[in-house]
Amino acid sequence: MFDLVLDPFTLPFMRRALAGCLVLSVAAPPLGVFLVLRRMSLMSDVMQHGVLPGIALGAMVGGLSVYAMGFGGVLAGLAIALLAGFLSRRTGGREDSQLAGVYLIALAAGVALVSSQRGIDLTHLLFGSVLAVDDAALFGMAGVATVTVFGLAIIWRPLILESLDPGFMAATGGHGAIWHLSFLALVVLCVVSGFVALGTLMAVGLMMLPAIAARHWSDSLSGQMTMAVVLAILSSVGGLTVAFNLDVPAGPAIVLTAGALWAVSLILGPHASLLRDRRQIG
Amino acid sequence: MTPPPITLDRVTLRHGRRDIIRDLSGVFAPGSLTALIGPNGSGKTTLLRALTRLHAPARGRIDRGGLARHQIALLPQASAMDRSFPITCRDVVALGMTARLGPFRAIGPSHLDTAEQALASVGMHDHGRRPIGALSAGQFQRVLFARMIVQDAPVLLLDEPFSAVDSTTLTDLLAILRTWHLQGRTIVTVLHDLDLVHDAFLRTLMLCEPPVWGTTAATLTEVNRHRAGLSSRPSWSPRHQHAD
Repeated sequence: MFDLVLDPFTLPFMRRALAGCLVLSVAAPPLGVFLVLRRMSLMSDVMQHGVLPGIALGAMVGGLSVYAMGFGGVLAGLAIALLAGFLSRRTGGREDSQLAGVYLIALAAGVALVSSQRGIDLTHLLFGSVLAVDDAALFGMAGVATVTVFGLAIIWRPLILESLDPGFMAATGGHGAIWHLSFLALVVLCVVSGFVALGTLMAVGLMMLPAIAARHWSDSLSGQMTMAVVLAILSSVGGLTVAFNLDVPAGPAIVLTAGALWAVSLILGPHASLLRDRRQIG
Repeated sequence: MTPPPITLDRVTLRHGRRDIIRDLSGVFAPGSLTALIGPNGSGKTTLLRALTRLHAPARGRIDRGGLARHQIALLPQASAMDRSFPITCRDVVALGMTARLGPFRAIGPSHLDTAEQALASVGMHDHGRRPIGALSAGQFQRVLFARMIVQDAPVLLLDEPFSAVDSTTLTDLLAILRTWHLQGRTIVTVLHDLDLVHDAFLRTLMLCEPPVWGTTAATLTEVNRHRAGLSSRPSWSPRHQHAD
């Protein structure tokens, strides 16, 4: 049993993939917790589709370097976030439908762009490949995780206030939009940094599923953050083990593991779960 | 604590293309306690928002005597606060201090003590560590009053603060309002209960066309109430028909 878990990680590329997923497990889930609390879970979906054309364009311009693709992805993600905000402000509400429209187009454009190029494997781009995690990708993930953790620490209090009571923030002269956009920038960074190992379609899984599950373990913000990180780490280790032993892509394996942990939390968790506490969540 | 007077000079407030308040002039004197009344849609909330700079007047000027933004505290009606957010009452109250501290200066143990004291003074001694999701409407309103206490602003604007609370809470919150008044703060409160206005407020601004602004006794005459559509008696009562 232990061999099944430990053996894969004697291989260098598996160790790199594990290190990459672990640093993301520390950085991404706290963002996920905020996305859930701000009722913006859909935004993560939009991001993961939105970055794809950027990654493809990055590869066209800068070649198959992780940094070129990552840079393109970040630009595309930020553009989508700004566009969605702008559209919903100008046309009045219904941000969700605008977002759906934007991300469908982005996904189609991304797939079309990627397919037109030789040398990029669409499956790897969408679902990730542990073999592709080279040193450049690993450093990129570690760098993004560092920026995210520090960035979140800096915007922590205003972001809480803006999530909790935007009216109060506006009345006391706070500039809510700055914190909102800084937060979205961190989300984009995290989604993009995960694409090498997990794939663009799966990178969000490590951000959202542990965050959703954490609601069933704690009713304090820091408790939910801690629990989300723990669940993400478990998902990374478990998912990579499954991926190696059953020869499936890393992204889906990690997301399915995170999904299983969510199901357990939903049924057994101490807060607002199916069996232990029938109180409604908010 | 004597805040400067807040002077309105022919202020017109507009929603879209409709003027809701036209050419309102007058002064909220330092330390005055004013009830703001008027029928639905008469612009009570918009006026409070204009006083806090959240709504720009279409015409006219509001002179706040150099008061900074954080020195005018607003308690909105039906707060937009997300009640399902995992946060304790004490932290909500402590966050009220960010109005003065800005987004980055640390909230230290002394600030948390202040927050606990504020909670105690609104009768929520043992609720500091409880999540806000578990509070009743009245308790939640007490927490919002505690947050206003730590904001420590010289000018306080409250939009229907008593609309959803039980009578015990009403008594307690009124006592806090009186304390604020004795401390010399300028207070403007939107109210619906005219008996309450009559009993607890010296000055009244009634928003109708044209607005009536003065002592409560002079403002709350049957004639004016009738004109504003706030008459507590049937408006066809012959006794009041010829009073204009």
